[in-house]
Amino acid sequence: MVSETTATSAGYDAAEEFLGRQSGLQRLQTILHGYPWLSPASVLVVATLIFAFVAPNFATLGNFGTITQQTAVIGTLAIGQTLIILTAGIDLSCGAIMVFTSMVIAKTAMESDLNLPGGLALLLGLVVGGLAGFANGLLITRLNLPPFIVTLGTLGIFTSLTLLYATGRTVRNRELAPELKWLGKGLDLGGFTITTGVLVMLGLYAVFAYVLRYTAWGSHVYAVGDDPDAARLAGIQVNKVLLSVYTVAGFIFAIAAWVLIGRVNAASPNSGIDANLDSITAVVIGGTSLFGGRGRVVGTLIGALIVSVVESGLSIAGLDQAYKRLAIGMLIIIAVAADQWIRRARA
Amino acid sequence: MSTQTEMSSELSKLTPVLEGIGLVKTYGRVVALDGADFALYPGEVLAVIGDNGAGKSSMIKALSGAEVPDRGTVKLDGQEVTFTRPGDAKAAGIETVYQTLAVSPALDIATNMFLGREERKAGVLGSVFRMLDGSGMRRKAKEQMSSLGIGTLQNMGQSVETLSGGQRQAVSVARAAAFGHKVIILDEPTAALGVRESAQVLQLIKNLRDKGMPVILISHNMPQVFEVADRIHVQRLGKRGAVITPQTVTITDVVAIMTGALQVPVEEQTLGPVRVPAKTAGPIKTGLEEAAG
Repeated sequence: MVSETTATSAGYDAAEEFLGRQSGLQRLQTILHGYPWLSPASVLVVATLIFAFVAPNFATLGNFGTITQQTAVIGTLAIGQTLIILTAGIDLSCGAIMVFTSMVIAKTAMESDLNLPGGLALLLGLVVGGLAGFANGLLITRLNLPPFIVTLGTLGIFTSLTLLYATGRTVRNRELAPELKWLGKGLDLGGFTITTGVLVMLGLYAVFAYVLRYTAWGSHVYAVGDDPDAARLAGIQVNKVLLSVYTVAGFIFAIAAWVLIGRVNAASPNSGIDANLDSITAVVIGGTSLFGGRGRVVGTLIGALIVSVVESGLSIAGLDQAYKRLAIGMLIIIAVAADQWIRRARA
Repeated sequence: MSTQTEMSSELSKLTPVLEGIGLVKTYGRVVALDGADFALYPGEVLAVIGDNGAGKSSMIKALSGAEVPDRGTVKLDGQEVTFTRPGDAKAAGIETVYQTLAVSPALDIATNMFLGREERKAGVLGSVFRMLDGSGMRRKAKEQMSSLGIGTLQNMGQSVETLSGGQRQAVSVARAAAFGHKVIILDEPTAALGVRESAQVLQLIKNLRDKGMPVILISHNMPQVFEVADRIHVQRLGKRGAVITPQTVTITDVVAIMTGALQVPVEEQTLGPVRVPAKTAGPIKTGLEEAAG
């Protein structure tokens, strides 16, 4: 096994050049370094194949439709989380912002409340979500506090605001304005049913994949997460970028709130309890580095799908849902360990 | 080529590109700059050396806008200027390459070169969809690399973390050369590099000089300073201790001047220019200049 590998890059180390070889494992490392979404994609394929084999009713068009619907809320939420984690930040409050926003949207549109038209209530929700994200960003950039601490604090604040504002009451299906339920509408594609909420989520993924890849703002998000000092010296206003990221993420959380209302056909202060951590799970399993500067938004979509596939597969196979937590927990550790290993690769 | 007299008449016409007069900077009770003078002439490589705490960094920071001096004036091309932020100096065409390799490892070479000064595609794609002109930036980055004689970097889409320290520093220098149309400041550019990589960076400095670009080189490495510098500014106790040339003194003398063991009378110093700037003085034409504006 000597020297048939060619040096494809100019950054080839002299020793490697001298030895002129790369082990199979190193080659894998190099490939994964270039395409970080490959490993979650193969996990998704393998998991789907295993469940298709084990649980006979798993691999049906109907079930695949259900899986995409189950992914819609966390999938949307996790787009905002991806942006934040790319800047080497974290948002523990995203689920709380989403639930709070969903209550604001649902309640202000109620006849017994402000009786706003559905569209206006949604617009108000976007403003509230954006402001919540802006508040997180402001605390992080102006007070120079770590994102973990700021969002741990705002997690408590938004959770409590939700309970106080909702007065412990769920806005039920028949009380919801029709516009708010629009994202729960199913579209039947020959047995494969998806909802408008899923389409909105996919649209958002397309938009942010483009923005991160092809705009200056996208480059700046990566640069700030990669090395904030280098970004500052290159003339990027780091705090401005961070503030914009947290605000944009807040808008995305508000859209996730709309998807949530459509999905559960109600707005409850008690829904989405696990959403904060689930969104981080999707991002991490999707191959985005918690250290910032590395990752793709499409990986997050794959990560969110993996969680839904495991959940659905275990339940159809008749296994205890406790195994889901076990499996996802192990996947998180494996994903982060893999990230550490891949980061050491010389592409 | 030009005779001795033609050369000296040409030299006498030169005014400093960047000049500092009577700069004072204090941090609490510590006096970092105590009336320091400084002059950089067109097309030359000026080394700045001095003991730790002699005020090298403070002086460079005052000249590059990173710090505002308490007193004294900074002149660019003979005009008095006030820099309050690094952005001001950048806008005036002064680029600094930092010791800390200020590049983003995960981003590719072209993205790094244009970071903060990205170019967008023409038409609707650029104006409405804010789409970056990736291929255009990679092409210009490549042109910039070859105009500086950096042949080892071919693929501008390669991420910077796959490069050696010398190659990363080359990216920094190329970026500075692309956008700095007046002065390039290199702060200890070889401190983190090995012998071969240092040689690459020194060669880059010579290439910049041959294009008529004035360079300030801050360094602790005497052999390197003696290899590339036209003049050597020795900073001592917050002031200009002496300005000499590699031809008039030895390395041992320089160390003695740094420590104060040796005093150089003003008439024996080299306060005026010694190099006739290369003919291609001015911005290096790669088409990158428009992006800076």
